[in-house]
Parts: sequence; C-alpha cells; structure tokens
Amino acid sequence: MTKNPVQENNTLQGIAVSPGIIIGKARLIDRSKAKISYQYLISEQQTQQEVKRFKDALHTTKEQIMVLKNRMPEQIKEHAFILDTHLMIIDDRMLTESTIHSILEEKINAEWALKKSVQKIRQLFEQIDYEYIRDRINDVENVAERILRNLAGKGHESLASIEERVIIVAHDLSPGDTSELNTAKVLGFITDVGGRTSHTAIMAQALKIPAVVGLESVSHQVQDGMLLIVDGYQGIVIIGPDDDVIIEYEEKRSKHEIYRATILQMGHLPAETLDGHRIAVKANIELLEEVETARDYGAEGIGLYRTEFLYLMSKGIPDEEMLFSDYKEVAEKIFPAPVTIRTLDLGGDKFPVNHEPTKEVNPALGLRAIRYCLKEPEIFKNQLRAILRASVFGRIQLMFPMISGLPELLESKRIIKEVMGDLEDKNIQFDRDIRIGVMIEVPSAVTTADILAEHVDFFSIGTNDLIQYALAIDRINEHVAFMYQPYHPAVIRMIQQVVKAAKDAKITVSLCGEMAGDPFCASLLLAMGIDELSMNAWAIPLLKKVIRSISKADADADLTAIMKLKTAKEVQHFIKKRMEDLIPDLKDKDFFIKNAMNFSVH
Amino acid sequence: MDEIRNLKIINDLGLHGRAAAKVVELAKQYESKLFFKKDNHEVDGSSILSILTLACPKGTELQARAEGKDARELLDKLSELVENRFGEQK
Repeated sequence: MTKNPVQENNTLQGIAVSPGIIIGKARLIDRSKAKISYQYLISEQQTQQEVKRFKDALHTTKEQIMVLKNRMPEQIKEHAFILDTHLMIIDDRMLTESTIHSILEEKINAEWALKKSVQKIRQLFEQIDYEYIRDRINDVENVAERILRNLAGKGHESLASIEERVIIVAHDLSPGDTSELNTAKVLGFITDVGGRTSHTAIMAQALKIPAVVGLESVSHQVQDGMLLIVDGYQGIVIIGPDDDVIIEYEEKRSKHEIYRATILQMGHLPAETLDGHRIAVKANIELLEEVETARDYGAEGIGLYRTEFLYLMSKGIPDEEMLFSDYKEVAEKIFPAPVTIRTLDLGGDKFPVNHEPTKEVNPALGLRAIRYCLKEPEIFKNQLRAILRASVFGRIQLMFPMISGLPELLESKRIIKEVMGDLEDKNIQFDRDIRIGVMIEVPSAVTTADILAEHVDFFSIGTNDLIQYALAIDRINEHVAFMYQPYHPAVIRMIQQVVKAAKDAKITVSLCGEMAGDPFCASLLLAMGIDELSMNAWAIPLLKKVIRSISKADADADLTAIMKLKTAKEVQHFIKKRMEDLIPDLKDKDFFIKNAMNFSVH
Repeated sequence: MDEIRNLKIINDLGLHGRAAAKVVELAKQYESKLFFKKDNHEVDGSSILSILTLACPKGTELQARAEGKDARELLDKLSELVENRFGEQK
C-alpha cells in the first residue's frame, strides 16, 4: 500500500482523527526554530548597528509578549505570570548586558552573542541542585528563541491572533499552541505528523471540530489562504478543490449534519440488545472540560480519565491542590455516574515540561507509566493524595497503567496504603473503599491476568497499547501502521483470556481502547463478556445504535465462528459482512471515521 | 546609605520563579539598588536570573543589602514579602 499519494486533483490521505467535513481557508503555522547565522563584524559602525538591531529585537519581543498577555483567555489568565517572568528576563542584565558586551568586545553578530549569553546562563543554572529552580532555564530559552526570531525579522506567530475562521495547517501542534488558540475561530486542524492519540487529535475531538493528521508534508504543500476541504471521516484533505468537488462536499456535509443530529438522540438510550442484554458505555476524557461533551453524547460515566494533561501543561510537577481541585470537579460533574482515574501515564514520548529525562532509544518499552511513578514515588504520592482526597466528592475509581506483573501492582498498592495512612493521621477524609483496578495493556499482564485478578476490583483492557505490544507494531510509524490490526486473532484471544480471568475472579472487566468505539467490534466484545466499553465521546451514539440493533444470542453464535478464523483479514471480512447486513447504515462509509476499518484492503 | 537585613526563606518552594519575580517587581518600585548575598556571593537583586542562580530553597539564610535613599523602606517591604511566604500558602 502507498501512503499519502498526491493525486492530480491534490488529494492527500492522512489519518482521520476527529469527524466532520469542512471547507475553508488555510492558516499556516510555522513552528520551525529560527535559523541563526554566525558572523564576525568588522567596523565600529557595524557593531553599533548590531547593538541597535539587538535592542530593537528586544523591544519588539517585549511588545509581542504584552499583546499575548492581554489576549490570554480568561480560563488561563492565572498562568499569565509566566509571561511576566518572560518580560523580566528580556530586561535582565544577565541576558542583555552580556549580549551587548559580546557584540562590542568580541565583534560578533547579535544572534551569536545572544546564543553565547544563553549558554553562559545555562551553565549557571545547570549547577543548581533544585530542579524547580534549575528548570527556569527553559523560560530563558523560550525568550531567547523569540528574540532570535525577531532578529531574523520573523515574529513568533501566535495562534491567539487569528481573527477569521480558518483551518489550521501545521507540522505539529503542541498543548501550548492549542491553549493559545481562539477556538471559536478554528474550523479544523491538519498536521504533517501525529497519530490517533496525538494531542491534535484529542483537542479536535474535545472541540468537536474535524482533524486529519499524519499528512506527512501538508505544511509544505499548502500556502496561507488556500482553499481546503478537510474530510475528518475519511482522512482526506483536498487542496484547492474545483467547483464540482466543492459542491460534492457541500452535499456530503449537509447529509452528515442531518445524520449526526438523528444519531445523537440515540446517545441517551441505554445500550441494550434486542434480547435485553445491557453493556455500560462510558467516555474517555483527557480534560475536565470534556466531561460535558461526554454527557452530551450520552456517556454513562467516565471510563478513563487520562491525567497527563496537567503535568504536560504546567511547568514542573503540578501541586497537589491543583490536581485535587481538578479531580474533585470531574467527580462532581459526572456524579452520580462514576469516573475511573488512571494514574500518570507519563514517560515514553510524554514528559512534563522541564522534566525531560535522558532520551530513550525505545520509549514505548522504556521508563513510562507505572514504572516512572514507582521510580519517582513523590510524584506518584502527590497524585494519589489528590485522587484520594477527591474521592469523597463523587464516585472515583483508580487504576494503574502499564502493569506488567504482580510485584508492580503490590508495590503500587503498598504506596496507596501509605498515602492513606498519612491522610488518616492528618484527619483528611477519603473513600476507604475506593475501587482499585489495573489497565491490561502489556502482554505479560494478559497471561498473568488470573494472578492479578485476585488483587484488584476491576480490569480495564487498553487495546491501543496492547495491540502495539502484542503485534510489535508502532502505530504512529506510518510505514507499519497498516499492520496494526485490532481484528488479529491474537488480539481477540488475548481479550478473551483477560475476560475469563476477570469472570473467574468475579471482578468487572472493561475495555477502553479505540476498539471500544469501533461499531464493527461491538458485537464481538459484547459476546466475549466485556461489562463496559469506554471510548471517545463522539463514538457513543453510533455504538449504542449498533448494540440496540443486535441480539446477544446472534453475537454469541458469531463469536464461535470468529474464533475459528485464522487471520485478521478473515475476521474483518466476517465482521464487516455481518454488521453491514444487520445495520445497513454502516455501509455508507462516508458516515464513519476511517479508523474503524483503517487497515482494510487497499 | 547602605542598609543590611538578614532574611530566611520559609516558604516551601523557596525562592523559585514566581517568588523571584515578586522580588524583582518590588525592587523596581524603589530608587535604591538591591543586592542579595549568600555564601559570600553577591548578586543584583533587580535581575531575576541572578536571584534564581543564587539557588535558595526553603530554609536558606541570605543577606539583603540596599543602597540609596529609600533603602530602609525597600528592605522593610522585602522582609514582609519573605515572611508572608511570597503570598504562597505553604
């Protein structure tokens, strides 16, 4: 199969990560670092000019930061102090005087001199023993980068300054970029890199706007102001479409809107089969703000609250109070339904700002999730305290990610006991019977599920990672992503093994990977005996519709047949045919995000 | 006129980014020049980077020196800020 063919009509294929169709103008965000040149200056006059050029750049940088500060949206106003710090750094003698000194004495250009100053400051900071002070070097570097861009005559583009409704085109978007964004002005996102669980994907879903990622070089092919069509179902981007194509997509778009409106009503009905079998349908969220989206789509609780965002957003480790109030609010908002909070899944490719450890060759197999937490028990305890304190304000369950065997689980539980003891000593209330579970996402946890089951209240199968680990496929890697096969017999057998271990131990088993929201998988998972499915909120209405259209008896019969199939392709063809016969809607592929059948035969 | 004051950092986070910013903010409002000295190393109190590189966690004792007409007033306000944990809870 080929990826991203540029056809004559300028159609690009990427990964669909947030549904919807939009037609609009491109707004290119260039986030590449300013290139710097190194030059010696010859005359006195040149050095004087260089000093002036540097001072002008300082002045411009200052003005830009002031503008940014004034435009900060209300919700994040409290973070404005970071910008105040940046303003102080621009004025700081350690940075400015030493740079001017270098220009005059060493006769070098401003960019070079500034780099030298930053280097000197960095050396001083590196000697500081206290991480949260040492990490402030990042502010210096951030400011220096802005100044460099201004020296190059290229201002730092702020997403906050976008005034018209546009489609954001970027190489990649960071949490910092999206927090600057005036979301009311953004029609959709398209990026060169990223996968289904990238930050861009998650933000787009939360904002309910279409997004396509993994387009490889779209940011080089598109220019500001070009007309684009973004199809967030099929993962297609069309650059400069002609009139016929525009009309075709306009029609598609209105058809979708009508369909979505009808299906949304489905969201609030129970997920019950024709023969009366119920399954709980919950939402996966990453931000507090998504709780409402989840309820709108009919979630019966939050099956997975990913807690990394606050860590990635704040400079350093967020304090317990901040975490506590966030967890408390989520619990209160979704109450009386429960929320399952997953403890930190940092590490791998995600580390808190300013907390980056040494680069790992193989991050997915490295120091991440529970391994990282057990290595940094203070960070772990800080979060556990916040979760436990919040547990009296709603129905909170707690689960550990990436457990690979019993010792990790026991050690994690021991730390919880310790934190509980502390809270008791301080007379702080918490839910003593808080339900504790583990994510089953490492093959070794699957094969030892019976052992783990004796020590927890529930399992939650994280298929995204499990499939990657089981099939040895990095799904972010565009070259092998097509081999990421949820329907692989190995995956189905693994899920079945976990469900059996859970049933034998009489504990609940849920599934929270993308498979949970795949309408084609619903029948299979139901038959296997999964108690609860947790998915992206927008996938809930359709999933409920599917469940309401099938019977458990048929699903059971299908499962028996599926277990005899030998390859992912056979399973997929079987499921696809069965489901399309039962629910003809599923045939209209335009209605579904391409994820579901992403690896279908090309 | 030189004024000298001994200070002890009592907030949990020490003289971290936000606290240092408050010190610089305060120093800006006075004519007098402000300096901090720790382990015989003196730095400019109007430079946030200098204050940070002095590395003062909770419990650090350091000396503040102000030079100028309103030196005493500046140091009074500074002591107050430090004693109030820079407005932080802990």
